[in-house]
Amino acid sequence: MLQSLNARAALVSIGILVLLLGVWEFANRPPEASEALTEYEILMGGAEQEARVPPPSGVINRAVEELSDPFYDAGPNDKGIGIQLGYSIYRVLTGFFLAAVLAIPFGFLIGMSPLMYKALNPFIQVLRPISPLAWMPLALFIIKDSEASSIFVIFICSIWPMLINTAFGVAGVRKDWINVARTHELSPLRTALTVILPAAAPTILTGMRISIGIAWLVIVAAEMLVGGTGVGYYVWNEWNNLDLTSVIFSILMIGLVGMLLDLALSAATRLVQYEE
Amino acid sequence: MNKHFLEIENLARRFPSQSGELTVFENANFGIDKGEFVCIIGHSGCGKSTIMNVLAGLDAPSEGNVFMDGIEVAGPSLDRGVVFQNYSLLPWLSALHNVTFAVRSRWPGWSKEQVREHSYKYLEMVGLGGGAELRKPSQLSGGMRQRVSIARAFAIQPKLLLLDEPFGALDALTRGTIQDELVRICDATHQTIFMITHDVDEAILLADRILLMTNGPYARIAESVKVDLKHPRERGKIIHDPGYYPIRNHLVDFLVRRSEELSGGVVAEAPAQAAGAYPIEVNPAARAAPARTNPQASAMDAR
Repeated sequence: MLQSLNARAALVSIGILVLLLGVWEFANRPPEASEALTEYEILMGGAEQEARVPPPSGVINRAVEELSDPFYDAGPNDKGIGIQLGYSIYRVLTGFFLAAVLAIPFGFLIGMSPLMYKALNPFIQVLRPISPLAWMPLALFIIKDSEASSIFVIFICSIWPMLINTAFGVAGVRKDWINVARTHELSPLRTALTVILPAAAPTILTGMRISIGIAWLVIVAAEMLVGGTGVGYYVWNEWNNLDLTSVIFSILMIGLVGMLLDLALSAATRLVQYEE
Repeated sequence: MNKHFLEIENLARRFPSQSGELTVFENANFGIDKGEFVCIIGHSGCGKSTIMNVLAGLDAPSEGNVFMDGIEVAGPSLDRGVVFQNYSLLPWLSALHNVTFAVRSRWPGWSKEQVREHSYKYLEMVGLGGGAELRKPSQLSGGMRQRVSIARAFAIQPKLLLLDEPFGALDALTRGTIQDELVRICDATHQTIFMITHDVDEAILLADRILLMTNGPYARIAESVKVDLKHPRERGKIIHDPGYYPIRNHLVDFLVRRSEELSGGVVAEAPAQAAGAYPIEVNPAARAAPARTNPQASAMDAR
């Protein structure tokens, strides 16, 4: 039953995909020229003066072309999509793990101590809603390095969900389990590591999953701003080249990589999930 | 007055409330000897669980002291094992690891093998083995979970074992089986146990002595009923013991009628239960004996 449900869902998905691509492909066909083109018209690219979104067939051709050699490097403005994505992933992961290293211990502190919760809450409430890109000028000024600045922006945007979820998870650990730790005379450190951490792990991992999603959204914008390398820069560069086929192709790649990052975190969440 | 293994002196617990203070119980005085099994019965809200939390060291009393082996109880300790009503197993650990977790904290210097062997011994004692011990608590039935919880508590070999309504959440059949196992384990280990229960028959089956609490607030321990039935006891045979029904009637009478009459707060009870007063000793099973000085026991006879 499940097998057939999955199979049917896949069939419907493919149907929708074909339908969408078909509409896209044929809606963008330039009208057939009713008479022979003049030489001028041929030079200008057809009878139609209006620019059109490239059709899916063009995007697919471009994808095959790009993905067959994803890691070529022909100078600063011409690198393969694999290299550009690699830069972006590297920045996202670096900023994300730096944030995790800070957010999880601080989340523990806030979750375990009502005093620290009350003391730090105003800071969190003010800092959290700030768009991460608003930090960019300040980061560029202080750090004086565009690469490190974009990592900082990722750091600052991924820290909040992890911090808040860790604090929430730690504060919500069932009193009974804390009592088990207490009656077994566990030290505070061992209580934190052997009872609170596994108990709060699913909530913490959920925060990490939200964080990496946000980080992947932000990196594209940050790289558009900073330039140089990365998939965000690639998108903007292709826009400047008026190569919309490449823009659409890279948009799809951004979606694909984002999905893979999310899948990785959701697999990690499943590892620490427990049933009460 | 000879000192008991566990001494509870003038214990009281008051919680802050909107109108000043709420006294859950006060003037609790009793002792438990080594190897004794003591049950405490009372209606909900009389502070049984609060007393147990104080004994466990998880809660601090507002007044009074608890001494175990002559040392004041201040904070939780591995010398006092606790079996909680809701099992309180760590759900991300298998049954076996829930026990090894406790054993390792009791004997940090033990080798992995030693910890494992010791844990298996206690899991087998409660009838768990053959693969069931490798399952997570969520994959075990309520009865199995409580068995794991009991194994965990016995495995650390505490000087005092505290059981908070351990069978309250189980169905009657499972409860009976585990009660039988507890009887057997207690006869074998002579563990000192303090147990909260709502079940009169369970208390009689297991306990050497039953403490009766009046209704809260301002609850107090009114009587200490001796369960003068010989060991080893069996669930099926104990009801034929001539002492069984006198004890049972006494307990039910207390719970239905007198726990309410005797309660009632500060003014009414202050003279009767002055600080330092021990609960009245009752032995309903000895009703056939000619010498009787206890008014409560006589009242029972009249019924």
